[in-house]
Amino acid sequence: MPRTIRPAQSGMLFMQGNEACAQAALDAGMRFFAGYPITPSTEIAEMLSERLPRLGGKFIQMEDEIASMGAILGAALAGKKSMTATSGPGFSLKQELIGLGCLCEIPCVIVNVQRSGPSTGLPTAPAQGDIMQARWGTHGDHPIVVLSPSSVSEMYELTVTAFNIAESLRNPVILLADEVVAHMREKIQIPESIKVKDRLKPDIAPEKYRPYAVEKGEFVPRLADFGDGYRFNVTSLMHDETGFPTNRSDVTGALLKRLMRKVESRRKEFTFVDSKDVEGSHLVLFGCGSTVRSIKQAAREAQAKGLRVGWMKTSTIWPFPDEIFQNLPKSVKTILVCEMNLGQLVHEVRRATPDKIRVDSVAIADGHFITPSDIMARIEVVYS
Amino acid sequence: MALANIEKYLRLDKFPHIWCPGCGNGIVLQSVLRGLDKLQVDQNKVVVVSGIGCSSRSAGYVDFNTLHTAHGRPIPFATGVKLARPDLTVLVITGDGDLAAIGGNHFIHAARRNLDLTVVVINNSTYGMTSGQYSPLTPTGAFAATAPYGNIEPPFDLCRMAEAAGATYVARTTSFHVLQLPDFVVNAVRNKGFSLIEVITGCPVYYGRMNKLSDPVDMLKWQRQNAINPKQASMMSPEELKGKFVIGELHRHEAPEYTEEYDKLIQKVFQEKS
Repeated sequence: MPRTIRPAQSGMLFMQGNEACAQAALDAGMRFFAGYPITPSTEIAEMLSERLPRLGGKFIQMEDEIASMGAILGAALAGKKSMTATSGPGFSLKQELIGLGCLCEIPCVIVNVQRSGPSTGLPTAPAQGDIMQARWGTHGDHPIVVLSPSSVSEMYELTVTAFNIAESLRNPVILLADEVVAHMREKIQIPESIKVKDRLKPDIAPEKYRPYAVEKGEFVPRLADFGDGYRFNVTSLMHDETGFPTNRSDVTGALLKRLMRKVESRRKEFTFVDSKDVEGSHLVLFGCGSTVRSIKQAAREAQAKGLRVGWMKTSTIWPFPDEIFQNLPKSVKTILVCEMNLGQLVHEVRRATPDKIRVDSVAIADGHFITPSDIMARIEVVYS
Repeated sequence: MALANIEKYLRLDKFPHIWCPGCGNGIVLQSVLRGLDKLQVDQNKVVVVSGIGCSSRSAGYVDFNTLHTAHGRPIPFATGVKLARPDLTVLVITGDGDLAAIGGNHFIHAARRNLDLTVVVINNSTYGMTSGQYSPLTPTGAFAATAPYGNIEPPFDLCRMAEAAGATYVARTTSFHVLQLPDFVVNAVRNKGFSLIEVITGCPVYYGRMNKLSDPVDMLKWQRQNAINPKQASMMSPEELKGKFVIGELHRHEAPEYTEEYDKLIQKVFQEKS
């Protein structure tokens, strides 16, 4: 059951995106952060190094990105809500242990403030090139939830949400921000109270505890803390309900399916989408993250020219919100996907959209922030 | 009954273990448990963290809070556990490939922080789980699956490395000197800071077979013949020391421990606030 808590500060504030993320993490109950310096996410670590000790929490700057990921997983097993923050290069390094978090069902939040890549790329120009990495970066099939904020307010809200999902699903959650929302400062409204979820603890005797067993009809096992009398085993090998390695194909197959269903069965709970003027429109703009800001402006400009243009955005990239493309009004002829990469989100939109609707794209990956004029230029070509 | 005192620390239903006949890991694990038994540890308050490799499978066989992580990464996980719960006793059981190759960076940094961990590295001079490739601790000239003409690389001296990096307790023994290890474990766990114990052991199946030591007894004899104590070592020339390993408690010093320093920092910040 969620708890209602009062954020450390509330009301109308002026804040940077990274600050809002750090503040939200603390409000959500995060008390362990491990990180490694990397632009454009470093403000999160800097702020938490100052705030966490004041709350009795722990901040540690580890020797590398992989170590940061390992440390948050260890701290999470010892009972702390844990987080790390990085950018593309560091996110690549963390991938193996993100997979470990998924298989071992260890709740944690990974913030990736995307920057231009590949490799060291264009530090630190804005980009959204990690959409597919966030889904498929680690090896093997695995469940993952990825959220994408488009404003400083959403940096706050979605960080709180990321912890709530991570703790209630026992799964890593990725907050896939970008350089623009992370570094911009704008007005933000923090509510008087927020809902915070904590992981479910076992309520049975330690000798009966099976760390990976679920009740019938449920998908999330209960997680005890190391040190609290429930001596259990966690292994990165495929395991049975007791947490010990197995290579029985019926057990390993069932485990992987349960992990995937864990996210799928509750996708409605964390599908956050928004739209405007889609009804009656001929063309719908679609995107996520800071791109949404230019999408909204482009829609206004197009409408001022008499074009019937609406927009949709998603704050949940994975699982991808297929449903919003499946029941579009008959008037919609084109979806224009806007993103700061050479086309990643657009493939998902094509997959989810009925064939009769044309899917086109504005794909920019040269380091400049996608502008309303970039989008307008394409609207003028594809509008019909 | 050989396991009488330590049976309670074993998950006997997980046996037989996966280790090959003649492997030294069982000897080492038994000795670690004997050390913990001397300390009369509360099993609920002990966390054993391991990486990937033969030695790292130890975690699954012992009845504590156990965490079998990814290759090279047990120390970062242990760091998270220890910082989150400084009241817990955290042991890392790892191998020479896991600790000295892929996990080398974490090893020196945890030692530098003097974080209160006890790291037991079971050094069998090879990557046993992947069938005997050379590791950073394979002796120069030895043969391995990936050194068919003999290893041309010099090995690390892990104990000197740990000391240089800041470890406050460093010891080395072998699986032949089986009575030393329990006491070293006692002292390492009691040491408030980063402790490293290197245990040289044998992998007769892979390392031994490629190096004319395929009989497990020959591997134990090799350990006995080449182990020397620090006093003997101090009287030997560099030439005479080649191929020998110094065993015993090699280094101790007092230094601030990381979680205690962190608690002081929290207290200081609290006082400033109030």
